[in-house]
Amino acid sequence: MHNSRNRLLNQIRAIEFTTLELNLFLNSHPGDQQALRDYNNGVRQLKALKNEYERQYGPLINFGFGYSRSPWQWINEPWPWERESNRGCN
Amino acid sequence: MWLYEKKLQYPVNIKKPNYKLAAAILNQFGGPDGELAASLRYLSQRPSMPIPEAKAMLNDIGTEELAHFEMIQAMVHQLMKDAPIEEIAADGATAVYYTDHGRASWISTGTGVPFTGAYIQSKGDPIADIYEDMAAEQKARATYEYLINLADDPDVIDPLRWLREREVVHFQRFGEIMNKLYEWKDSKKIF
Repeated sequence: MHNSRNRLLNQIRAIEFTTLELNLFLNSHPGDQQALRDYNNGVRQLKALKNEYERQYGPLINFGFGYSRSPWQWINEPWPWERESNRGCN
Repeated sequence: MWLYEKKLQYPVNIKKPNYKLAAAILNQFGGPDGELAASLRYLSQRPSMPIPEAKAMLNDIGTEELAHFEMIQAMVHQLMKDAPIEEIAADGATAVYYTDHGRASWISTGTGVPFTGAYIQSKGDPIADIYEDMAAEQKARATYEYLINLADDPDVIDPLRWLREREVVHFQRFGEIMNKLYEWKDSKKIF
């Protein structure tokens, strides 16, 4: 189970890294049209991947940003600092 | 408002425990050039910034640093978790840290010097603050290079190298903000 979960987390990580980088770049280059197109394109991909993750494993983000099935999935292990959450990712 | 995303920004999967190396890496958790200092420095400085680009940059890099703080904690945790007690006892400095904190990550240096706000500054002068931030990124880059020199485990070196590269990118972004602050300062002189 962890393998497919970690694979999906890694896809999210990769896209989110590009949107984070573009976000920082756009902070100092707010008029850059190419960066903005890439950013918005990344947002679209990220939303789809995060929806897929949450459908299978519950909320990725706390405080109302993802649906949970019963019982409350947010407390599910592993947590990010634990090896099990990162196995097979690099 | 902050939200928590339940994943590391970059994966940490360390198979071989090493308490002594964990203690060295702890410096990037709660040491003078560490990730907590970086995050709190940038987030504290935000309100003094006169231009929108600078406010956003300090906000967002300050937030990313918390994700790095978490990666460092993961490294320290995984390196300490199953370290044999004989190995901890054999080294005087690590034995002292163990006596006070066991296998926990405390916001301190690896020798137990506690984190302090004296590591960071909010001067209220945007140019002075961004120069401090650029220096902080360089000091953190140098620290990661020293840690890479100390480490011999590829599972440890890989995330350290990744974190080092983030310091380089942040330095670049702060440099762009510095140019914009000088433009802002010059534009204020025209009435």
